[in-house]
Amino acid sequence: MFGPLIVKPGSSRKNKTGSWRTELTPKFLKKNCTGCKLCMSVCPEGCITEGSEKNQLICDYEYCKGCGACALVCPKGEISMVKEGEKENK
Amino acid sequence: MSKILFAPGHTACAGCGQSLAARLVIDASGPNTIVVNNTGCLEVFSTKYPESAWEIPWIHSLFENAAAVASGVEAALKYLGKKDTINVIAQGGDGGTADIGLQALSGMLERGHDILYVCYDNEAYMNTGIQRSGLTPFDANTTTSPMGKQSSGNIRFKKPMPEIVLAHGIPYVATASSGFPQDLQRKVKKAHSIKGPKYIQIHAACPLGWRHAAQDALGIAKLAVETGLYPLIEYENGKLVGVRKISQPKPVEEYLKAQGRFKHLLHNPQEVKKIQEIADKNIEKYGLKAASPEVS
Amino acid sequence: MKQFLEGSFAVAEIVKLCKPGVISAYPITPQTHIVEELAQMVADGELDSQFVNVESEHSAASVVLGAVATGVRAYTATSSQGLLYMGEVLFNIAGLRLPVILTCANRAISAPINIWNDHQDSVSMRDTGWIQLFAEDNQEVVDLHLIAYKLGEDKSMMLPVMVCMDGFILTHGIETVDIPTQEEVNKFLPPYSPLYKLDPANPLTLGPLVDPEAYMETRYAIQETLKDALKLIPQITADFAKIFGRHYNGLVEGYRIKDAERVIVAMGSVCGTIKDVVDELRAKGKKVGLLKITSYRPFPQQEIYEALKNVAKVGVLDRALSLGSYAPLAGEIKAVFFGKKKKPQIISSFIAGLGGRDITKNSIKEIFRLLTAKEKACEFIDLKPELLKEKYE
Repeated sequence: MFGPLIVKPGSSRKNKTGSWRTELTPKFLKKNCTGCKLCMSVCPEGCITEGSEKNQLICDYEYCKGCGACALVCPKGEISMVKEGEKENK
Repeated sequence: MSKILFAPGHTACAGCGQSLAARLVIDASGPNTIVVNNTGCLEVFSTKYPESAWEIPWIHSLFENAAAVASGVEAALKYLGKKDTINVIAQGGDGGTADIGLQALSGMLERGHDILYVCYDNEAYMNTGIQRSGLTPFDANTTTSPMGKQSSGNIRFKKPMPEIVLAHGIPYVATASSGFPQDLQRKVKKAHSIKGPKYIQIHAACPLGWRHAAQDALGIAKLAVETGLYPLIEYENGKLVGVRKISQPKPVEEYLKAQGRFKHLLHNPQEVKKIQEIADKNIEKYGLKAASPEVS
Repeated sequence: MKQFLEGSFAVAEIVKLCKPGVISAYPITPQTHIVEELAQMVADGELDSQFVNVESEHSAASVVLGAVATGVRAYTATSSQGLLYMGEVLFNIAGLRLPVILTCANRAISAPINIWNDHQDSVSMRDTGWIQLFAEDNQEVVDLHLIAYKLGEDKSMMLPVMVCMDGFILTHGIETVDIPTQEEVNKFLPPYSPLYKLDPANPLTLGPLVDPEAYMETRYAIQETLKDALKLIPQITADFAKIFGRHYNGLVEGYRIKDAERVIVAMGSVCGTIKDVVDELRAKGKKVGLLKITSYRPFPQQEIYEALKNVAKVGVLDRALSLGSYAPLAGEIKAVFFGKKKKPQIISSFIAGLGGRDITKNSIKEIFRLLTAKEKACEFIDLKPELLKEKYE
């Protein structure tokens, strides 16, 4: 008999930390992106991934905590930190 | 797209430099990696039962023995004839490395195990609530080195861990920063290509402990490097082979005023001068001043 | 094959036959000869093992933790201060359910510093979840190591095992010991096959943070497993007897207790001395006996109850003391009989042999003499009152 001892890999995905975002959320403008992937490399959650199209970076909002590192680091100003609810607007 | 090795859903603070650094380290190391983790923020926020962010084999034992447990893992892999195809990483925070973990680390380095040791330096015992460690910088305000009527914060300088580790004669020693992600990954990859003990110390911004906004984490980590307070250096076989040069070192005041843990110094030019001296010494010692303008 | 050799060398011989892939070594008297001998075997190519010279006992235990977690059989040995220094790792190893095998050469604990035999070290670690087996003589030392690997690595167990042997008395005592052949060992002990391990082919997270919602169940699990160990140990010793011809109960051994009126309960090498005294007194018509405890953890309550329920006077000999309270073995023996209808009239507690003070046949005879109708709460044997006259101004 062992009880709770070992954890399966990647099981943290159950925890949707996207609910942590209180004020701001990153909006990907889909205008200026050159595909440099700097945003991907600075996300502590690893929730930015490459899309299927060219120069398409997608944020997984289920996990994004809204820290804003991606917006700060983007050299083309492609990412904007906006109020929650505004990211859907054009 | 390569497999994600550090899954989202962990409970690190938003903007945590250590979670970023940990993700970068394991991504650069690949799936054939076993990680041994000390107790600390990283261990706690990434593996709270029943959730784990790690997609690679991972073990946590105690606060101070990651280097020793990793030595056992490495020895076992050597016995099985598998060491050449599997990376072993022992990692921990600054407290778990430079203070309580120093004995185990020294033993591991001296015995020449083929292990990469990663120290996530957020400059205090953060997981227990921001207490001073051996790597807490001069004049930093922590709960056990608080600024007060008779104190301007931590009275000691950072323990020179890279030098201590270097003195063990190991093949690769480097410092890195959560503000320079590509440089960090390059160093991790470089380390794994070398046999023997390796040490990388990563300056990891801590919004909670350093008292700044989550989104400023990257910028502040960058500033630490650009003022000369946290030189990014690389040693191979005892020789300094690389530094990140700074074309125009920024004054330490810029770095200090951005963080709550140093704000008590801003009306204390005497203390700021002492910290500027630390930065200047680093710039001199490692030759950080660029001859020509820096291309980032 | 019978060999005439020092106890520590006998341990090295049997450990070699068990083929651990990783051995961690740190010197402390009186176990050092064990790791020295193993080092020589590795250096001579007799033993294929990664020999890790660690920088402390805390790391010695951590290294074997890492090795067993990676699926490789491991071994280390220590005593006294070393066992205490690795104390937190011992709890960790048991909690992580890793079958590490460790030899504890029992030695007294500082301060004052004393390198000679008593049981305080391993007894102080009795809460860790480790199985603790005490050996009477060097043959039992050898056999218990084999049994320990088989027991700890059993998939229903996955618990670490500490083989306790009296420092100097057994480690440095030279006896004739039957060392098995590799074929015999291979028949009894299969290669280590872990339930789970650190392996990139099948990644797992070991040692997570467990909060109040789940921690208690891990402790309950170990407690239940140790209860199961009480059933498994006699099965393993029965298998052992089939291959090696030596019979152990593995939990307790009653020596001439069937009709005994006075019985001493003890652990370790002193049992040999007690057996000699029992024979002497029996020859004079005295109805005396010995109950030897082999398995201290798990504590064989049922077996102790059955052995002593009809004995009038029981004397528990402890080579350790829980300062400020009862002697450890005596306290646990008394607890077995609380509330029972059948029980000894008196259970007296005797402290002897601390810090290596010799327990002679006369000491044992003194204990039998003191087993009267008046229960002794905590009687020190062979105490020197003149040494208590030291005064400090």
